[in-house]
Amino acid sequence: MIRVVLPAHLRKLAHVDGEVQLEVEGVVTQRTVLDTLEARYPALRGTIRDQTTWQRRPLVRFFACEEDRSHDSPDTPLPEAVAAGVEPFLILGAMAGG
Amino acid sequence: MSGVRVLVGTRKGAFVLQADGKRTRWDVSGPHFGGWEIFHMKGSPADPNRVYVSQGTSWFGQLIQRSNDGGRSWEPVGNQFIYEGGTGTHLWYDGTPHPWDFARVWHLEPSLTDPDTVYAGVEDAGLFRSTDGGQSWHELPGLRRHESASGWQPGAGGLCLHTILLDPQNPARLYVAISSAGAFRSDDAGATWKPINRGLRSEQIPDPTAEVGHCVHRMAMHRARPNVLFMQKHWDVMRSDDAGESWREVSGNLPSDFGFPIDVHAHDPDTIYVVPIFSDSEHYPPEGKLRVYRSRTGGNEWEPLTEGLPQRDCYVNVLRDAMAVDALDDCGVYFGTTGGQVYASSNAGDTWAPIVRDLPPVLSVEVQTLR
Repeated sequence: MIRVVLPAHLRKLAHVDGEVQLEVEGVVTQRTVLDTLEARYPALRGTIRDQTTWQRRPLVRFFACEEDRSHDSPDTPLPEAVAAGVEPFLILGAMAGG
Repeated sequence: MSGVRVLVGTRKGAFVLQADGKRTRWDVSGPHFGGWEIFHMKGSPADPNRVYVSQGTSWFGQLIQRSNDGGRSWEPVGNQFIYEGGTGTHLWYDGTPHPWDFARVWHLEPSLTDPDTVYAGVEDAGLFRSTDGGQSWHELPGLRRHESASGWQPGAGGLCLHTILLDPQNPARLYVAISSAGAFRSDDAGATWKPINRGLRSEQIPDPTAEVGHCVHRMAMHRARPNVLFMQKHWDVMRSDDAGESWREVSGNLPSDFGFPIDVHAHDPDTIYVVPIFSDSEHYPPEGKLRVYRSRTGGNEWEPLTEGLPQRDCYVNVLRDAMAVDALDDCGVYFGTTGGQVYASSNAGDTWAPIVRDLPPVLSVEVQTLR
């Protein structure tokens, strides 16, 4: 079971509280996690990644195991601890200054 | 029992303000979609329970929300806006070609007759339509394929299509306005378009009377006389009596003819409203006095409407989509400010009172007349 933490705006949009738990088939990557997430919560389509290019939206960040994975290839396997459900996959909105 | 529902889009959420026909006691609901920018929300003239909302942030992009119960509950619908075919280029700020790139929906215009049909004006400038209640969106690409489009250049706010007018007497006729390309008309339901900017004069562009390139801020029409159009341009208030074929200036005695919104009285096609702003570089009212100006003669002769509005130390702006009128017997006029106030007049502008004072900056105001 993959654990996903969404930012507050997206939790509200998806009508979820707390972490989301997903069954991801095959290799656990950013792409397979987001595919599964968007299939479960269609309202999230387009809010994390572009619906045409599949590129991460510029002000959205992906963290896992205390590392910034935002610039990884979407097909790079996520850390074993994420795949095993020990650590969550974090989706964040970039901090706003000012 | 008659009443009104005022739909307010702000920088940090949507608010629904509702009152009976007296318009003295208001029920305020919101924020809906707290924390999100609500560029525009508008109800269907064919079904007042159907309301569409343009919701977005820089972080999470564009969403469209729909209500089927007058704003009590919402559901996200389609948010994919894909330009049809090759995207082509327009001019960027530095004069170089720049590919069309979707940024946001500025304006939603529901069909006059079908609650499931709604138009969306977007940045970069394009016109989209949904015929399934917002679930899917398809571009009307004829506008963006107009021969002038490669020369369109954004204003400071982006290359945005912000005004959509539907002719109630001719379903094939639509008008749009783009900053800063100008006004365009289609007589074939959006398949092809022609610029309608003859008579406009803009000193801020190399050829002040060019066919395109004008920064139109807003256009308005009265449903009983759709060939008469009013326009608030970057500078100048303009009028056309021939469906945009030609324009003449009707700024008359306004203290400033810079501004953003313009609207028409619900029952008198010659009564129009603007909110003068000091200048293009100082977006606040002249003399710190918030004044709506009304012309009962279709322009040129204007009177200030001040009763109930702040007449000192007021430095808010009123954005282009932030004024609306209701259709009750005593026409109501409403506007929202960048300071978070929404003012209402239940007597065509003679007197004003705030409905709310402390909302986030107001981006849009629309009104539904409930009967």
